[in-house]
Amino acid sequence: MFQATALNERNRRVEFLFRVLFGLMTVLLVAPVLIILALLIREGGPAVSFDFLFTPPSDQGRQGGILFPLVGTIWLVVVALLASVPIGVAAAIYLSEYAPDNLLTRLINLAIINLAGVPSIVHALFGVGAFVVFFRFGISILAASLTLAIMTLPVVIVSTREALQAVPMAFREACWNMGATRWETIRRVVLPNAISGILTGVILEVSRSAGETAPIMFTGAVTFLPFLPAGVLEPTMAMSLHLFTISNSVPNMPDEIKFGTALVLISMVLLMNAASIAFRMYLRGKKKW
Amino acid sequence: MPADSGSIAKVDLDHRGRSWYVDKAVGGLVFVGGVSAIVFVMGIFVFISREGFGFVFGTLDIGEFLTSIEWRPTSENNPRYGALALIAGTAAVTGLAMLVAVPFSLGAAIFIAEFATGRTREGLKVLVELLAAIPSVVWGFIGLSIMSPLIIDTFDQPVGVGVLNSGVILGLMAAPIMTTIAEDALKAVPDSYREAAEAMGATRWQVVWQVVLPAGRNGLVAALLLGVGRGFGETMAVLMASGHAINIPTSPFDSVRALTATIAAELGDAPRGSEHYQALFTLGIFLFVITFLINLAADFAVRRGAPRG
Amino acid sequence: MLSVRGLTIRYGSDVALENVDLDVRRNEVFGIIGPAGSGKTSFLRTLNRMDEENSAMSVEGTILFNGRDIHQIRNVYNLRQRIGVVFPLPVGLPMTIYDNVALSPRLRGVKKKSKLDEIVERCLQRAALWDEVKDRLTALGSLLSGGQQQRLTIARALSQEPELLLLDEFSIAVDPVTTMRIEDVLRDLKDEMTIVMVTNLVQQARRLADRTAFFLNGDLVEVGETEELFTGEVKDQRTRDYVEGRFG
Repeated sequence: MFQATALNERNRRVEFLFRVLFGLMTVLLVAPVLIILALLIREGGPAVSFDFLFTPPSDQGRQGGILFPLVGTIWLVVVALLASVPIGVAAAIYLSEYAPDNLLTRLINLAIINLAGVPSIVHALFGVGAFVVFFRFGISILAASLTLAIMTLPVVIVSTREALQAVPMAFREACWNMGATRWETIRRVVLPNAISGILTGVILEVSRSAGETAPIMFTGAVTFLPFLPAGVLEPTMAMSLHLFTISNSVPNMPDEIKFGTALVLISMVLLMNAASIAFRMYLRGKKKW
Repeated sequence: MPADSGSIAKVDLDHRGRSWYVDKAVGGLVFVGGVSAIVFVMGIFVFISREGFGFVFGTLDIGEFLTSIEWRPTSENNPRYGALALIAGTAAVTGLAMLVAVPFSLGAAIFIAEFATGRTREGLKVLVELLAAIPSVVWGFIGLSIMSPLIIDTFDQPVGVGVLNSGVILGLMAAPIMTTIAEDALKAVPDSYREAAEAMGATRWQVVWQVVLPAGRNGLVAALLLGVGRGFGETMAVLMASGHAINIPTSPFDSVRALTATIAAELGDAPRGSEHYQALFTLGIFLFVITFLINLAADFAVRRGAPRG
Repeated sequence: MLSVRGLTIRYGSDVALENVDLDVRRNEVFGIIGPAGSGKTSFLRTLNRMDEENSAMSVEGTILFNGRDIHQIRNVYNLRQRIGVVFPLPVGLPMTIYDNVALSPRLRGVKKKSKLDEIVERCLQRAALWDEVKDRLTALGSLLSGGQQQRLTIARALSQEPELLLLDEFSIAVDPVTTMRIEDVLRDLKDEMTIVMVTNLVQQARRLADRTAFFLNGDLVEVGETEELFTGEVKDQRTRDYVEGRFG
């Protein structure tokens, strides 16, 4: 009896110890996000102003703001979305609604995993080889955006597929039994109930592509440009590459501008990410069945 | 049947109307979308090979590539293409990153999956997700502007960029992804296992150590592999925080250069079609093949670990 | 109406139903009884070729629908449209009540609002649901109570103007009062369409069915006039044991 109690006591202490240990590791793991944010806000916060956002950079970025890189990033992201969302949604619809369980489907899934796993610089090389050289788009928004699109395709596919599969099978069966074709079922029942989930994935993709540097640095983004691009076949500045340039390659760069630029970039990315997460949670709380 | 409902024409069982053809067309269209993923992966291989092939079958001396530490592609009269130092750089940085990331992400995964509940759990998952979303160029910037002065001050070193800096940064980058995958693997272990062990009087920790971890083993291996893949393929952060000197590192403060960073740093200066340009694409082929194998292995681990069916 | 010959259904290598021959006459209520796992639901699935949506299912044998071999029909969607189906668990689609019932007519190209209004009202009336929902037709069909959703499912099936109505244990998830109301509805419908009804309640078959088939472990044990099965005029002892509740 006494022994059992002592054992329990010991077990409880061990358990408590591990709980604290793992808890601590978790805190140490997530603490960097908060520390980094705090530092960026402290160092870069004072630089970020209306003027900073809406003035083009000058003197290699030492002066002025970040208007051109900011606009450039919007260009890149929008064009990338136009390419990747239709393809990604189609692929997800195929995988979720049409694909039989066969070798081809397994290969497609494997390809998606690989597309997500290939190093970003390899995507950049592909962009150079395919879009810049072979398709003769040159160093342009189009080439960079297509590279980004292919790189972020798995994000769209995976999140869309999840959204589609969250719609219960019983709804599909009910529609098929009524004589609806697969597509009619998708259009009238599956998609309307998955669209917000798909949107969550799209926001996630926006956030992902806004922060990427390597895939655009040889395909469409350039370090300095004294004007805004006039079309998709022109090169552009971009936030991520701008941050790289001013923190890595330009001497005597005022800290304030570096930190300010980093703060704006990380805010864009994290805010969109947070929006996507918040949206997902809101949807979870608001079921229609 | 009442007369008023007869106005809807009776359907002909053999007539294939518009909706039948629309369905077939959409089916074809989304099939193309699905197959495009395969096409793109093959496309990546084809197009980087196309640019690098001349070098692979011409100048490249595989022996030299894998064993020489001399990477001097721009030398006028005697260019050298030895990737050993670059491979060593990548290995050193990735190795240190895993040293940092494995214990923390495993600990965090266990905590989130097995100990945390309710709001704590949800909150931690969100933070991990946000951590994973920080762009690599921002990490590189943190390495340059925050970590580097910290290392210089703390260890009294002349430079702050190198293996230590980029390894820690890379570890922080890989950890959230590894945490997420490891947590999924632990969550996938059926609750019945835990209940059975608890019924025999095991404490939570004993359950984790003796039941959950062994059962989730394959998923954990996949998490490790994908973490390695991530570290191996990371470009911008390593480019900015590793110091970029071609060097086989002997101390954590040494400056090194990684495969990915080499491509990123030199591609802009290599004239298209030149030997140097082709050599960089060859590095790309090498990276592609290695990450392909890592992903294949991770997929295999996940598949073997998944419950049957 | 329906003529089934040599029907065998397999899931992979497991046989769900073996070598079944039976006929269903026009405008009769045909009951199918049998314990769980005897192949009743699989049988219904094959009648409108829903088996094709399940890659694990394979079917042999012929099924004639109005004299046509259903596997020779070139547009399976049109076949399914002529066959209404009601499931064990009610499925109100996540759209408004109105849209639930208007879905089938819309798929067939009915666009006129007045026509749709008329169909929706008539089908909801016939399914004995109209009075409860007429003031909230824009509410979500998937959020109705179980009993209401089941009647909505019936209304939706009626909106297809089916020649054949398949019911699969429709009362399993609804209260007894709703069950009685639905049974009344079915008695009315019998004049307009043929009904095949799988039920786990033998007394329900007795109340509604003209003829009844007894499935057991993938075999069709026997088919007969419902009254005969229940009054003991059976060819097979197992049927008597089942209807008298000795197993099941």
